Order: sequence, then C-alpha cells, then structure tokens
Amino acid sequence: MARRSLASPEIGAIVGATVIAVFFSFIDPDTYPTITGAARILDPASTLGIMAVAVGLLMIGGEFDLSAGVMTGSTGLVVGLLATEVGMNVWFAIALSFVFAMAIGFINGYMVLLTKLPSFIVTLATFFILRGINVGVTRHFTGQVRVSNIDGVAGFEASRDFFNTEFTFMDTTFRTAIIWWIIIAVVATWVLLRTHYGSWIFAVGGDVEAARGVGVPVNRVKIALFMTTAGAAWLVGVMTSLRLRSALSSQGIGQEFVYIIAAVIGGCRLTGGYGSVIGASIGALIFGMTRVGITFAGWDTDWFYTFLGIMLLVAVLLNNFTQKQASKVHAPLSRLDNEEDVGGE
Amino acid sequence: MEQPIIEMRGISKMFGSVIALRNISISVSPGEVTCLLGDNGAGKSTLIKILSGFHRPTEGQYLFEGKPVAFSSPREALALGIATVYQDLALIPLMSIWRNFFLGSEPKKGRGPFTRYDIEFAKRTVRDEMGKMGIDIRDPEQPVGTLSGGERQSLAISRAIYFGAKVLILDEPTAALGVKQAGTVLKYVVQAKSRGLAVIFITHNPHHAFVVGDRYIILKRGRVYGEWHKDEVERDVLIRGMSGADELDVLKDELDRTLNQEMLAT
Repeated sequence: MARRSLASPEIGAIVGATVIAVFFSFIDPDTYPTITGAARILDPASTLGIMAVAVGLLMIGGEFDLSAGVMTGSTGLVVGLLATEVGMNVWFAIALSFVFAMAIGFINGYMVLLTKLPSFIVTLATFFILRGINVGVTRHFTGQVRVSNIDGVAGFEASRDFFNTEFTFMDTTFRTAIIWWIIIAVVATWVLLRTHYGSWIFAVGGDVEAARGVGVPVNRVKIALFMTTAGAAWLVGVMTSLRLRSALSSQGIGQEFVYIIAAVIGGCRLTGGYGSVIGASIGALIFGMTRVGITFAGWDTDWFYTFLGIMLLVAVLLNNFTQKQASKVHAPLSRLDNEEDVGGE
Repeated sequence: MEQPIIEMRGISKMFGSVIALRNISISVSPGEVTCLLGDNGAGKSTLIKILSGFHRPTEGQYLFEGKPVAFSSPREALALGIATVYQDLALIPLMSIWRNFFLGSEPKKGRGPFTRYDIEFAKRTVRDEMGKMGIDIRDPEQPVGTLSGGERQSLAISRAIYFGAKVLILDEPTAALGVKQAGTVLKYVVQAKSRGLAVIFITHNPHHAFVVGDRYIILKRGRVYGEWHKDEVERDVLIRGMSGADELDVLKDELDRTLNQEMLAT
C-alpha cells in the first residue's frame, strides 16, 4: 500500500519562485541576479511579506480579512494625526495606533463570530467604513488627503531608526523591514508548527465543529487571528508613514487582495485548514521578483497585474491538484473529497 | 459477572408529547460488549444521547459505578470516562494523525514563552496506541483524510481509550463500511473489550452484533423488545428480532406480490 504525506504546501511557490528568478535573470543578466537586484526585490517584498504571513495564518484558520489593506493606511494616519495635530510624541502615537489596530482586529473577529456571516462580507464592510473615515478625518483636520511633516515631531528619528531604516550589507543598501519580515515569518512558523496553537489554527480552519467538539477554544483562536492581522497592518502602516514622513489617506487600498494572492500562491487553501507561512512569504517574494523583473526588463509595468492574475490562477490549480493527489492515495470516497465542494466558510 | 458500570432503571424520555423511550432498564458491565440493536426510529439515538450526557431522561434513574448521575453536558460524561465515538468522528481530514489524536489536549514541554508542543511524544504515543489496536502507523504525519474509514474509526476509538474512557459508546461504527473494513473495526471492538472497557455497540446489523457481542438488547418503538446473553441466542433470533418475525413475513408477502405484478406487466 503506497501512502504518503501531503506534499509540503510551499512546494509550488518554491518552484514558481525558481522559474521566475531564472526567467528574469536570463532576460536581464546584468542587474537582476545581483546583490543590487536582490535589494530592489526585497524592498516591496518585505512589507508585503509581513502582511502575507498574518493573512496566511488567518486563511489557514479559515477566514479572510479584506480590511487588512486599508488598515495599513488607517494605522499610519492615526500615527500622523496624533503626532502632527495633537502634537504627541511619535512613540506614543505609535503605541495608541497599536491599541486602535487591536480594537479593529477584535471587532472584525467578534462580528464574524457574532453574525456567523462569511468573514469576506464582514471585513468588506470594515474595509469601506475605514476607507471613508480615512479620507473624511484626514481632510477634516488637514484640509488635504494626506498628513505631512510627521518628521517635525519629537521621537520621529528614533522610531524611524527602530521601525524602518536602512542598513548596508555587501556595499548595498537594504531596508530593515526585511529583518522584521524574516523574524515575523520565523516566529509565525514556530507557532504554527511547533506549538499547540498551531494545531488549533489548522483545526478551526479544517473543521470548526470537530475542533469545538474536542475542546479547542474556537472563538478565542479566530479573534486572535484577526487581531494578529490587524497587528501586522499596524506594523506596516507605521513603517510606511515613517519612511514617507507622511501618511496618505488612500494608503493600502487594493493591497488586501495582493496579500491574499501571496498567501494562495504560497499554498494556503482558500477554504482553510491547510497552508504555510513560509509559503506565503515566498508568495510575497514572487510578487517583488516579478515587479522588479518587469521594470528591469524595460517592459510596460501596466501589465504587472495581468501577470499576477495569471500566476494566481496557476497557483490555485496547482495547489488543488497536489492536495487532491495526496488525499486520493487511499480513500477515494473520504470526507476530504466531499469537503472540497462544500467549502469551509 | 462483574459489577455493572452503567445501570439504567426505568428510563423514559419524552419530547413534548412524543414518547421516544419508555421504561428502559439496562445494565452494562466492564469487559463486555453490549450490543444495542434496533431499526431506524427504535430509540437507539435517544438512548445514546442520554448515555453520553446530551439529553436528560424524563423519568428513571441513571447510575454510573453504582451512583446516580445527572449530566448537563457531554463534557461531564466524558470527564467520568463515558466516551462516545459518533459516526462523523470529529476528526479533521487535512490534519496529520498525531495532531488529530491530541487535538484539544496537546502534550507540552518547555516553560513560559518557550512552551511548545511535545511532538516527539505525540508521534510516539500515537504509534504505540494504534499498535495496541493492531494498526501499524508508519507515518504519523499522514493526513487523516488519507486513512480508510475503518482506520479512522479505530483512530477515534484509540483516542477515546487513551484519554481514559471506561465506557466506550460506538454509534454505528460499521454502518458506512465495506465487509473487510467492518471486520477490521469489529476486531478493535474486541480489543477494547479485552482491555477491560465496557463497550456499547450500536448497530442495525445483527451479523456484526453477533460476532462481537456478549449481550444483546433489541429496542423497538422505544421499548426493550428483548435481551439475551450470547450463550442463549442464535443469529436467526437476532435477525428476526430486529425487524420482528411477523413484520418480516408481511414484508415477504408484499415483495412477492410486487414481483408477481411486475411479471404480469411484462
């Protein structure tokens, strides 16, 4: 009897990343496969990667968060407005912004559990509510759609050094966001694979009633996942506004789908219960590699999103195929096959 | 005979004006397989739900180890060691065998923020426990979805035993299985019994009941229709008792008539 484990969820993403790296290195051998190229690729990949890790965990837990993108704007605006309008030290503004993010994350999770509606809809509502507030509040206080001159406030330089600065490695300038990303991905992987919380995350995404039946605190796990996503959005929002020295009210809008795409390319199952944080990180890397590759090749960057869409489709088909193969080995009529049709929401 | 671990005296259950169970008295002993037979609607599920703490009886006494109990949730019954393995099993198909086995009761090692899942222990224990049931788990990483129905059933059974079950209630464990698979599960039922558990085996298949049972109770329309020890019963008695001899005869008549009509029509 041939038996095997499910193929690692990130296998597809590793193959995809390799193919894309080889492809663009072939097109542009002078800059793409160099240390300069790496620094360019890792810059957009890092902040996206931080979000993809959190969104990946949430998806493994069986939920979506469409407000994750706009939250990177909201958290940055909270920092900016508290610093410039209230005159608060940037460190305090960042701390209060964190409290704000935790509250939104909690509300998202609580509303999903309370209404029993798909998180897709609940967080879509949060998305639009925040989107309106971002513009409305910003214009009310500044008369513009951005909060500028955060760098004029006390605590700016120190917090910038802490959250998002540059460092030199092999004569090349990298962003420290890359280090944050790596640390977060490692910690998240450890939690997912090496602690009992990881089992609980897989379980609430895999079969929520079965998990409840054996005593997994389903509500706590789900709310914690929404709060983790909001926490990641806070970190990225703070990083972005410190880097730009200003916060834009349209910041992050549309990015929520890019996070989901990165997680799916990384092998996270749309209906939950299966996936990898490393995979989601590689998904973010693929995003950076493609964006920079298209620029270096001198192609029209308008086509970037088309490319991303095609990759998403290929990734979903590939992941479905490998998961079906793995589960077909021994039980053609198992519950697994039925569940594919029903979905986990 | 050993002291019964579970005793029910004059149990009745009403849902509004519907009488689901009427004056049921049964006892279950450790080291024995008590088979609960009955057709659909005979009251088997209601009886299981009372046994497992999901429902409370309207009338009668439920004794566990000689003391009267009144459970307000299945959790309380489980805490005393009354474990129920339902047909839908509460296993998560995409998760590995070892993660499923310990889900909700994970073994841990380390301290403070470094507390982690004791994965080595979990894998070793799953392999040992399944080994005791005669199943060789080569790869505990294998997702449960790739196990056969019989293997999943026995995983659920050995999980219940490992977490201290004294009474194992099996709700139609062979219902969805083929002949060979069902045979495997029946083997584990016997294994559980020889490890000193009281097994309550619910089925509507008298053949399966006959090979593993020590005692048989047939339910019909909410009442105990008959109760036998394995020495005093023939397979035929169980089969006829299940549906009732008269009803079987009526059914045979009807079938004959239908068949004749079909033949006339063609």
